[in-house]
Amino acid sequence: MKSCLVVDDSKVIRKVARHILETLQFEVREAGDGREALDQCAKAQPDVILLDWNMPVMSGMDFLRALRQSEGGMQPKVVFCTTENGMAYIRAAIEAGADEYVMKPFDRETLESKLQIVGVA
Amino acid sequence: MTVARPAGPLGPAASAIVALLEQRTGQQLDAGRAWRIDSALQPMLRERGLSTLDELVARINDRASSERGLADLVVDALLNQETSFFRDAATLDTVVQAGIDMVAETPRRLRIWSAACSTGQEPLSMAMLFAEASERTGILPPEIRATDISMRALMRARAARYTQFEIQRGLPIRRMMQWFEPRDDLWEAKAELRFRLLYGQQNLIADPMPAGKFDIVLCRNVLMYLSPATRGVVLDRIAPVLRPGGLLVLGAGETVIGHTDALVPSERYRGLYRPAAH
Repeated sequence: MKSCLVVDDSKVIRKVARHILETLQFEVREAGDGREALDQCAKAQPDVILLDWNMPVMSGMDFLRALRQSEGGMQPKVVFCTTENGMAYIRAAIEAGADEYVMKPFDRETLESKLQIVGVA
Repeated sequence: MTVARPAGPLGPAASAIVALLEQRTGQQLDAGRAWRIDSALQPMLRERGLSTLDELVARINDRASSERGLADLVVDALLNQETSFFRDAATLDTVVQAGIDMVAETPRRLRIWSAACSTGQEPLSMAMLFAEASERTGILPPEIRATDISMRALMRARAARYTQFEIQRGLPIRRMMQWFEPRDDLWEAKAELRFRLLYGQQNLIADPMPAGKFDIVLCRNVLMYLSPATRGVVLDRIAPVLRPGGLLVLGAGETVIGHTDALVPSERYRGLYRPAAH
């Protein structure tokens, strides 16, 4: 079973993502900000990370840069999942090491499609 | 025209509409998919102040009605436009490799026909893939003809503008960044991609087939809606427009076997079909 870490400060978004991911047979973990996510990744790297941009304590972008420099941090596929849907944001995320990008709001088909593109679904 | 009202498990008006759809397009709407009639036609009923399908069928049959082309609009509304970018991506990769092989054997500009392009994601996917192949291998970008029976779908295909949900289905973000740009809350294919495509309306069972021969014809997820006899008709019409050595691409689960002798499975490209040698 593949594992997915959902990093979002919104409980509602985490719950929606968890529901979709569990129907796709993922083992789901959650983190409410980038710092918490880094701690979880230090214990065990997930196969894929669904990552919000704007969060308290540590943003998605800061998390991504720290993850990619950490031991084993190149391993997880990272899919940004955010309301920031401008081309400049997308380009910045890809340059920082994101593998894919989901513009919120999203539905099951969108998420499944992006997970297939990064090769984990 | 008058719409016949065959007897069946559906109500008389729904049966008449099912018959109209099959007569015009060859597509069958069995009882299991008949729920689509109500949902697809509700907007048309509302726009015309009609409250039942019976009234709609009466309006179609009313020769004195000022609304010409109503039957066409009903048929168009019932057509399934489900599609996405890079649908069945592995098959499309095989198609591109086949195209590269064809050009290596006989250098030329390939001609490709997306015969049921719906809202345009399939021909745009092919255009993107072949543009990338062109960068890698130096082959000329192919001529891509994109047709559909539905004018409504074709208008959207020509506009090449997609909602946030549509653009995210199947399209990798790097390709979106390269080939699309935001416009009025939609994502529009860049001109350099749109200009690679030639659009037109095409009824696969009734209209004359496009002129000339094609190297590759994509006709995916069409046969599944047709009766076995009509599948044969469509395949027999496609076979002559394929060049010798050309390839037909069907949807997953669709086949030529049992429907025509004019096409056979390709020995070289798994899942694709070629004209039978006579």
